[in-house]
Amino acid sequence: MQKKMQRERQRARQKTSRQIRIVTGMFVALFFAMVGYTCYYAMTNKQAMINNSYNSRQEMLITQNTRGTIYAYDGQVLAQTVVDADGKETRQYPFANMFAHVVGYASHGRFGVEAQTNYYLIQSNVKLSDKVASEMSGEKYPGDSVITNLDVHLQEVAYQSLGVYKGAIIVTEPSTGRILAMVSKPDFDPNEIESIWDELREDKDSGVLLNRATQGLYPPGSTFKIITALEYIRENPDTYGNYSYQCGGRFTRGEDVINCFHGTAHGSENFTKSFAKSCNASFANISVMLDRPSYGDTLEKLLFNCDLPVSFAYNKSKVIMDETVSDSDVMQASIGQGTDQITPLHMNMITAAIANDGILMKPYLIDRIENDNGNIMKQFSPEPYGSLMSQDEAEALTKLMSEVVESGTATKLKGLSYTAAGKTGSAEYNSDKSDSHAWFTGFAPVEDPQICVTIIIEGAGSGGDYAVPIARRIFNAWLEPGDGGSGS
Amino acid sequence: MELYITEISKYLITLLLALYTLECFLCFRFSDEERRRGIYIRQNFLMFFVHFSCFMVICFQTGKLEYLFFYIFQQILLFATVMLFHMIYPKGNRLIINNMCMLLSIGFVILTRLSYEKAIKQFFIVTVSIAIGMVIPYLLQKFKFLKSLTWVYAMVGACALGIVLALGSVTHGSKISYSIGGITFQPSEFVKILFVFFLASALYEANDILRVTLTAIVAGMHVLILVASKDLGSALIFFIVYVFMVYIASGNVLYLLLGTAGGCGAAVVAYQFFTHVQVRVQAWKDPWSCIDDAGYQITQSLFAISSGGWFGLGLFEGNPTSIPFVEADFVFSAVAEELGIIFAICVILISISSFIMFMNISIKLRDRFYQLIAFGLGITYIFQVFLTIGGGTKFVPMTGITLPFISYGGSSVLTTLIMFFIIEGLYMIRQDEGVRSVRRKKEKAGRQGTSYAKEDAKRAAESQTEDE
Repeated sequence: MQKKMQRERQRARQKTSRQIRIVTGMFVALFFAMVGYTCYYAMTNKQAMINNSYNSRQEMLITQNTRGTIYAYDGQVLAQTVVDADGKETRQYPFANMFAHVVGYASHGRFGVEAQTNYYLIQSNVKLSDKVASEMSGEKYPGDSVITNLDVHLQEVAYQSLGVYKGAIIVTEPSTGRILAMVSKPDFDPNEIESIWDELREDKDSGVLLNRATQGLYPPGSTFKIITALEYIRENPDTYGNYSYQCGGRFTRGEDVINCFHGTAHGSENFTKSFAKSCNASFANISVMLDRPSYGDTLEKLLFNCDLPVSFAYNKSKVIMDETVSDSDVMQASIGQGTDQITPLHMNMITAAIANDGILMKPYLIDRIENDNGNIMKQFSPEPYGSLMSQDEAEALTKLMSEVVESGTATKLKGLSYTAAGKTGSAEYNSDKSDSHAWFTGFAPVEDPQICVTIIIEGAGSGGDYAVPIARRIFNAWLEPGDGGSGS
Repeated sequence: MELYITEISKYLITLLLALYTLECFLCFRFSDEERRRGIYIRQNFLMFFVHFSCFMVICFQTGKLEYLFFYIFQQILLFATVMLFHMIYPKGNRLIINNMCMLLSIGFVILTRLSYEKAIKQFFIVTVSIAIGMVIPYLLQKFKFLKSLTWVYAMVGACALGIVLALGSVTHGSKISYSIGGITFQPSEFVKILFVFFLASALYEANDILRVTLTAIVAGMHVLILVASKDLGSALIFFIVYVFMVYIASGNVLYLLLGTAGGCGAAVVAYQFFTHVQVRVQAWKDPWSCIDDAGYQITQSLFAISSGGWFGLGLFEGNPTSIPFVEADFVFSAVAEELGIIFAICVILISISSFIMFMNISIKLRDRFYQLIAFGLGITYIFQVFLTIGGGTKFVPMTGITLPFISYGGSSVLTTLIMFFIIEGLYMIRQDEGVRSVRRKKEKAGRQGTSYAKEDAKRAAESQTEDE
């Protein structure tokens, strides 16, 4: 009897022991989860937190370190801090207006590369002995440097080509996503930012401070036909070659009329010719045959209405496409008019993906971070975002875009030492239809694309007349080094 | 020169504390104190070096001699605590004392860095508290009547909390303290211990539904008074301790589930009715959207933690004072910023190793009352650590309670010290239990002379040597 009781007690004790162990394990597990979460959160958000204006550590770093230098890829200085005899610091931009938007400014909330890499520029990772030397001489520690992918010569050509027009140019390398040049006009001199700031802020109309290349939202015009063509190819992969249309200069459906540019009648045309001649009537005809939800899916896959995989400021492109959209709106949308809006950056990404077998490489500006001793602190590498279209689709679009150069609206790119492909656009933005933005987006050489250019010139006229010649100068600068270019 | 010292000491301090932490867990490999001796002595040396290195940096950074004297006093106190305890209680558990002193010394370092005046005040409180704490293991072994004071604990606890609610002064929106003769007390800290004693004495014999209900009423009273005082962190600790102690006392997992469900329900109700609960939850879910007011503290805390990196910015190199009430509620973030995330993780691990030791002692205790006390105090301690660190790192909503031993706050440090010394007392009670049970078994074996009893005695003797 006693033994039985004892054994029961023993069993109860063992049960309690087990339960206490379980509770102990639970709490230990809870702590592991917390430690993991804390480390992850602190490390992944480190940059955003340092850049937060509520974080006083930023000011601490600024008083401790001299702001680092921003370089072009070839080592030319784009921005640097100069300290005079009294210890007064001035931020200098040797190229003044030329890199205004892409490099940006370091005060008034910061902008461009100055804002994007602020975290690195205000850190100092020099050797300990150098820190000691700086301390001895009473100087601040030199901040880390940022080496961008930007090419000074290409930027210069793009900047000069745009002339007095408002607009934007973005140049990238399709196989890597490196951004080689980025121009936005109207511009400003970042050296003068202190004195012109208030004036620029008040001037809301011209939007000088806006980086049109990444933030400017434009009607895509005929460049959008690339996407409409892609959707048509997707829906008719085997038969799109059989398409034919008789263009009389306009397409009518009910009360809605779509006119060709300047009312030109293109006559009998197949799919390739419709694209090459940028025939609005033919594309309106195509658009009403498309499945709208599927069209919407394609647009979403091409990152319309979505966040772009970039680490600098931009605006989201906008388009409305689903089964509720009326015929009239589909016709307008398919030729890039109506409510469609796109940034030059986004247009460039789509073009670059076509040039890169359908794979989009994330566009990036920064190649690496170095400390003042020239040691690499962080190296950024090309990163694929994913596939925007199949290789076959990319090839089909490349053929269409080559034909634009061969016999279409961009023949100014024909007969050069390299082959080019692209699409022009003349986006009407006024109801009176006399003004249009000139677009060109394309790449070269067709066989092995090395450079992808997207150009928008506000209110210039037709893309073929105004944007294509600029594209040619940029292609030349990169692909014909003998021509004074600095091609790779 | 200065720069070299601060830079190198950053890595050195981290390494030393990591080694100390490693020893904390290595000691669980051995089951008797005798074989852990080497570990304990190594820990004492590491403790000394961490403390010394930190103060060396503080002295270099500030260039003030008074910090050096302050350090010497701290060192004397900690050394005396370790030595005296060992002399008075040779059978005591030295891991618990070492961890206590290690955490106290980290507290001194970070408080000295944050506010010299507060650090000095804290030092005096700690000195007195240790003197009080030293007698506790002795008293615990002598006072056999503690088991029968069930309702006294409940009355005293509830009254103390009630008085604060009625008469206490308001700090940061919560009524949690009152002053007697210029000394400010925060009774909810001490009542934690009374509460554990109440539950242990109420539940150690009987754990039928009537008992559980009765304790639930008392526990509910405590929690409600605390909620009314807006001391949500303490209310949560009381609640968790109640649920877990009932679970262990009854052995019925249903109580744990029921308690958790009830707790979730209560949390939802509290969220609906109290705006200050809503504000806290909002600040936890998205502190960035209310960075100007409710989210200010937590975002500043996150800035501090993220800016430190693995090895920290170094003492006096960061800006932890930008966090409001950093020395009481967010001391962990200050540690993470200036001493590094690895160091901060070591602090967590040292706390966990103390908790595991508490739980081991609880498992080994034969007396149900003492077992429940060890368990209850362990849960109280570790859950408080969890809430304060979790609050500062945005893992759970912020509740504004202290990090035991490290935060500034007299009531907090005194309470935690008493808790640790009670555990020491229980540890020694367990050893006496072991000795007694072996003696009893031996006598029995001698009387009966059966081989069965002999075997039993042998097993008991073995289990005694295995005891912690």
